[in-house]
Amino acid sequence: MGKTLLISLDANDVEPLAAFAQRHGTAFDLLSLASRAPIDVGADTAYSANLKEVPPADSLVASLRSFAADYDLIAVSASMFGKDFAPRLAGALNRPMVGDILEIKSADTFVRPMYAGNVLATVRVTQPKFVASVRATAFGSPSRAGASAEQSISIAGEGKAERTSVSEKEAARPDLTMANTVVSGGRPLKDAETFEKLIGGLADALGGAAGATRAAVDSNIAPNELQVGQTGKIVAPDLYIAAGISGSTQHMAGMKDSKVIVAINTDGDAPIFEIADYGLVMDLYEAIPELLSKVKRA
Amino acid sequence: MKILVPTKRVPDPYAKIRLTSDGSSIETSAIKFEINPFDEIAVEEAVRQKEALGCEIVVVSIGPPECEEQLRKSLAIGADRAIHIETAELFDSLGIAKVLKSIVDREQPDVVLMGKQAIDDDANQAGQMLAALLEWPQATFASKVEIANSKATVTRETDFGQETLRMSLPCLITTDLRLNEPRYVALPGIIKARTKPLEKLTMADIGVSAECSIEIVGMEQPPSRTAGRRVASVDELLEALRNEKGVAI
Repeated sequence: MGKTLLISLDANDVEPLAAFAQRHGTAFDLLSLASRAPIDVGADTAYSANLKEVPPADSLVASLRSFAADYDLIAVSASMFGKDFAPRLAGALNRPMVGDILEIKSADTFVRPMYAGNVLATVRVTQPKFVASVRATAFGSPSRAGASAEQSISIAGEGKAERTSVSEKEAARPDLTMANTVVSGGRPLKDAETFEKLIGGLADALGGAAGATRAAVDSNIAPNELQVGQTGKIVAPDLYIAAGISGSTQHMAGMKDSKVIVAINTDGDAPIFEIADYGLVMDLYEAIPELLSKVKRA
Repeated sequence: MKILVPTKRVPDPYAKIRLTSDGSSIETSAIKFEINPFDEIAVEEAVRQKEALGCEIVVVSIGPPECEEQLRKSLAIGADRAIHIETAELFDSLGIAKVLKSIVDREQPDVVLMGKQAIDDDANQAGQMLAALLEWPQATFASKVEIANSKATVTRETDFGQETLRMSLPCLITTDLRLNEPRYVALPGIIKARTKPLEKLTMADIGVSAECSIEIVGMEQPPSRTAGRRVASVDELLEALRNEKGVAI
C-alpha cells in the first residue's frame, strides 16, 4: 500500500488527521501549511511550509500538485479551507474524493454523512489513488506518538485569484470546532451586544467557544463564522448549551453529536428539547445571569 | 457576457428522509423534488447580474427526464435557455465535473455560477473539481458577487470569517446561503418559460463517458438522540451536570 499525505492548515487539524492516518494503517507524511508541524504524531517526514498567509485554492493547488501526486491517499480536514482546497486538488490530479469521513471501515471503505446527517452512507472507492476530507471531531487524538524527520518546503504558486481583504481572526476564544464546551444562542438574543454579553460571557466563564444559529447570524446578532449547522460548522463538544434555540433540522445537524446537550428555551415544545439531555424551560435572560453567578469559572 | 449555471434535481430539503427496506437508497415515492437550494441561489444571482449588466444565462442539468421540471423553473426565474443531458448513469463528483467541462467547452461562458453543494449527497466537490479541470480561478462559498471590467470580486466565507477574492474572467463561483434570497416566481413567468429553448443531449452527444469511482455500499440512519429530562431550575441543571455527567461546571 502506498503512502498517505496529510495536509494541515494549522495546528488545530494535525491531531485528528494523524488519528485518521493511524487508523487507516498507512505510513504518512505531514505537510503543515501555516504553522510549524508538531513532529510527534508519528509522521515519517513532517514538512513545514511556514506560510504567513495561505494562498487562494488555485495557486495553492498549482504549487502542491506535483508534490502531492506521489502519494496514493491525500487527506485534509473537512474545514471550510479543506472543502475549498481538497476537491480542487482532486480535480487537478484527476482523482475521486471521499468527503467528510466519519469512520474508516477498511482501507478503501468509509462512512460519510448525506442528507444533512440524516443518512450515514458507507462508500467504497474503486480507484487506488484518491483524496479524502476528514471530519475532525470524529477522529480526536492519535493513539501513537512518534518523532518525524523535519523538512521545510517552499510553496510559491502562481494563481489567477488575488486576495484583496480578509477579516481579522479573533483569538480570544478557543476554535469553535475544537472547543470542549460550546454555548450557542439564537434570535432571542436580540442584538450583537446582548449576544456577546450573555452567550460570549457564559462561553468565557466556561472556557468554551460561542456559537449561533443561522437565524441569529442572518439578523446580525452574531458573526457568520460562529454559525453552527449543516451549512455552518459541525461541532461535537463535551457540553453544548443551546440558549434561545428552537432546534431547526439545519442547526441540529451541526451539534447533535455533542456529548451532553443542554437546552434553555421558554417554549417547552421546541424541537431542541427532543435531543437535549437536560431541558430547562426558562427565559434565557434569567437563566444565563444565574448560570454566570453559579458556575465555576474556567 | 455569458453565465452558465449547473443545477441539480434533489429531494425537497424539508422532506423527512427514510430509507428503503433494503437500505440501498432513500425512499422517494412520497417526496417532492426541487432545484437544489444552493443552485437556485446561483440562478437568482445570475439573473441579478443579468438585470444589472445584461448577459445570457444558460442552465444545465444532468439526470433523468424529470430534471426538465427544475430546468423550467430556472427558466421561469429568468434564465434564457436550458440544456438537459438526459441520462440514467451514475456519476461521482469528478464524473459530473467532466460532463460539465464538456458543456463549458461548448458554451464558452465567462462565469460558471453553481451551488456549493447539493443537499442530497452533501459532497461540496463538483464546482472545485470543474474549476481545476478548466484551470480557472475559483471562489467558493460566496456571500457577495460583483462583476465589472472583466473581473469578479467575491466575498467568501472562511473558517475565520470572510475574505474577498478578485479574479479575472473566466472564473467559477459557488454560492452560499447568504448570497441572496431567490425570488418567488408568479404564474405568468412559469407560463412564459414554457416557450424558452430547452435542448436535450445524450452522453453520446457530448462524447463523455460516465465515471463513478465512489460506490455506495449501504446506507443507514443514525440512531436518533432521545430526549433526556426536564430540570426545573438552574440549580437542578448544575447539580445534574456535575453529578450525573461528571461535568466540571
